[in-house]
Amino acid sequence: MSRQSLSKAHKKITELSWEPTFATPAKRFGTDYTFDKAPKKDPLKQILRSYFPMEEEKDNRVYGAMDGAIRGNMFRQVQERWMEWQKLFLSIIPFPEISAARAMPMAIDAVPNPEVHNGLAVQMIDEVRHSTIQMNLKRLYMNHYIDPAGFDVTEKAFANNYAGTIGRQFGEGFITGDAITAANIYLTVVAETAFTNTLFVAMPSEAAANGDYLLPTVFHSVQSDESRHISNGYSILLMALADEDNRKLLERDLRYAWWNNHCVVDAAIGTFIEYGTKDRRKERDSYAEMWRRWIYDDYYRSYLIPLEKYGLVIPHDLVEEAWDRIYTKHYVHRVAQFFATGWPVNYWRIDPMTDQDFEWFESKYPGWYNQFGRWWEEYNRLRYPGRNKPIAFEDVGYEYPHRCWTCMVPCLVREDMVVDKVDDQWRTYCSETCHWTDKVAFRPEYEGTPTPNMGRLTGKREWETLHHGRDLADIIADLGYVRDDGNTLIPQPHLDLDDPKKLWTLDDVRGIPFASPNVLLNEMSDAEREAHIAAYKANPNVTSATA
Amino acid sequence: MATAENTAPRSFPRIEFTGAEAGLKEFPGSKSRSYNYFTPRKKRATMYEDVTVDVQPDPERHLSQGWIYGFADGKGGYPLDWTALRSGDWHLFLDPNEEWEQTIYRNNSNVVRQIQLNLENAKKAGAYRDWPMAWVTFLERHLGAWMHAEHGLGMHVFTSEQRSAPTNMINTAIAVNSAHKLRFAQDLALYNLDLSEAEIGFDGAAHKEVWHADPAWQGVRENVERLTAIGDWAESLFATNVVFESLVGALFRSHLVMQIAARNGDYVTPTLVGTGEHDHDRDLRYTRALFRMLTTDETHGEHNRDVLRGWLETWVPLSVRAAHELQPIWSQPQEKPATFADSFDAATAGLRGLLSDLNLSEPKGLSQ
Repeated sequence: MSRQSLSKAHKKITELSWEPTFATPAKRFGTDYTFDKAPKKDPLKQILRSYFPMEEEKDNRVYGAMDGAIRGNMFRQVQERWMEWQKLFLSIIPFPEISAARAMPMAIDAVPNPEVHNGLAVQMIDEVRHSTIQMNLKRLYMNHYIDPAGFDVTEKAFANNYAGTIGRQFGEGFITGDAITAANIYLTVVAETAFTNTLFVAMPSEAAANGDYLLPTVFHSVQSDESRHISNGYSILLMALADEDNRKLLERDLRYAWWNNHCVVDAAIGTFIEYGTKDRRKERDSYAEMWRRWIYDDYYRSYLIPLEKYGLVIPHDLVEEAWDRIYTKHYVHRVAQFFATGWPVNYWRIDPMTDQDFEWFESKYPGWYNQFGRWWEEYNRLRYPGRNKPIAFEDVGYEYPHRCWTCMVPCLVREDMVVDKVDDQWRTYCSETCHWTDKVAFRPEYEGTPTPNMGRLTGKREWETLHHGRDLADIIADLGYVRDDGNTLIPQPHLDLDDPKKLWTLDDVRGIPFASPNVLLNEMSDAEREAHIAAYKANPNVTSATA
Repeated sequence: MATAENTAPRSFPRIEFTGAEAGLKEFPGSKSRSYNYFTPRKKRATMYEDVTVDVQPDPERHLSQGWIYGFADGKGGYPLDWTALRSGDWHLFLDPNEEWEQTIYRNNSNVVRQIQLNLENAKKAGAYRDWPMAWVTFLERHLGAWMHAEHGLGMHVFTSEQRSAPTNMINTAIAVNSAHKLRFAQDLALYNLDLSEAEIGFDGAAHKEVWHADPAWQGVRENVERLTAIGDWAESLFATNVVFESLVGALFRSHLVMQIAARNGDYVTPTLVGTGEHDHDRDLRYTRALFRMLTTDETHGEHNRDVLRGWLETWVPLSVRAAHELQPIWSQPQEKPATFADSFDAATAGLRGLLSDLNLSEPKGLSQ
């Protein structure tokens, strides 16, 4: 369709909506934002007559590539180190995608603009596409990759795993609470506009470097829909900015959404890219360098800052703090270390780091070896069963961390941990902003203004609480992270499949008690708790040379 | 221009042969190549089941920490009390159309291609030139008004409902229904644009006034607007796909336009409106399967039938009235091969058959 006829056709379809007089659409999802003074802003134009064939063509290319990958036996050359992390990533991502589809009517309810409604409805269909195309990619991996265990239990594992729960925020955050907070600021303005760059562009490029060209095929196809979604979000944001009464809410939501996306997405994608790759060329960008390019320059400087002139209060401090956590405070490395510590309750295998990895990390993140090097050497030493317990239960100088009540990533930058009694419970937070999110932002009143539509943090938020005091073997069996012989674990702290004796079984982890840091914290006296917190924050958590 | 001097040397990731292909080694789990967390309906899971089941988690299935974000009332995810209907296991519903992304794009692209080819051929053949003026007026007014109904249902009934049902299987089926409606509404609008440019005296703007003010259409508009105002997702699905679509949608599309167009010299419109009927047949399949599951539920079947009977009492009279108010348009074309009575009988017969499939008796007021 030519640009001129597209424009004419688009003008015509705007005639389809009307102002109702008998009854107005049900307001199922509320918002505290107002759009009474908002001038209507148009998103990118899309006609379904051109949309469906365009997407079908994109699909044909994706499925053609999948056929080619199987015929060409792509799996002869994929790195197992990389593929194992896909068991986690691809268990998480179809849920945020389908949640984005479900979020669209929330924004439609909230925003009185038929042009935007059309864009959002098309986005709904896109998101169904993304979710199912990703499930299908995972199915292909399960069928053709050497170790299907972990792919086979994928959606169950996603729903009962500590890492799955971290990722689940990046979906549940789209579909609950204030409709604009969830479906516009969190989903579109921050998650899609900023963080899909690392998710769907940076990560696929790393996949290709590890022999997997199907992830880029699928995810670049997905990403090509995102520009329309970004345009939807931008239109709503500009409409919201037109009303002074929304400014305070926008500032709140941008701080929450930015920080939560940073905590969750950088933890996961940073780990996949830095610890899932075998590509250790010095010229290869680190995650920090990618982040600087895709998030700091392309999103923060080119997208967010120009919005200041429209009155948007930009969380400059949190952008700088996120960068500082990634580069200086080693956030991603601490997360990767935590994932590897918790390997027995994963549903993927984690390859030990080698001297080549050490050298690369030190060159990209000076000081890395002193903080993490000896711990990874211990991980390597303890990787087989028989003579030792899993590393989390051996004394290697690593103190298992408290979990952040808000973002649910543990409090890994230990000196930044905040502890507070909130809703009659002692809770730990990874940062001041996560503490503010729970105590201030997700409440029925914000800075003296009622916010009756704002969401709540709910659920059993500390995963370890569910399993406190239980035997590790029982926990793993109940979670279903056991291979089809009924005894060998899906997770392993190495990639060696040749010798069955090197594979951990339920027998190897039986008799190990599991504890919840939050339960223990709440059992302490005031004096014990204060001492514990001071020691926790002061502990550098470094493995000594003599461990 | 780049020169050898100022072009930085490039390096490339090294491809290694890793032997990470299925079947090269045998070890525990090496043959576990199917999703094992749900029981497929048949012996092997279909592609549809694999890419759809359990993607939307559920505290009753695997979700051990519960929903971690909630609305202001503390409810998270997909609350079961967003409908008055109940189920012993909502996850038993599988879409008989097995919709996932490939089916969505293949089916809708096929429709798009069919319509575009028909419209191109019609233009080339000058197919609109000899239409009687009464037929031109019928299309500009009544087919024009109908596209609003399709759009309103697509945007404010189905798009909205697909947030609210308790499983991914139900919500995805409804999302596809929404896509059908929105596409069909746009197809009608773009057909309207084509006819406006065909120099046959077709007024492309007439539909707005008809939809807003023509007494024949106010019952339909009221019905559609009231459907968008329902808060219970299953009620709006039932009142739309079972009641309104049978008594008004099929009445207008299938038992009027499809029956009379050819006699008025129009072989183009039925090919387009027929795609809407095809979509409706497809959407009715999942609707029938869903409500049949609920009315035959071992524990809650009786409760559900009671609730549905109540909904029929609310919605059937409204749709019957909307249908009857449309009656004058049957007499407007030059050729009138169908009477309103015949068309309405056919529509009510369709609804009776559907209700019988759902173990529901005929509501009062249907024979009016």
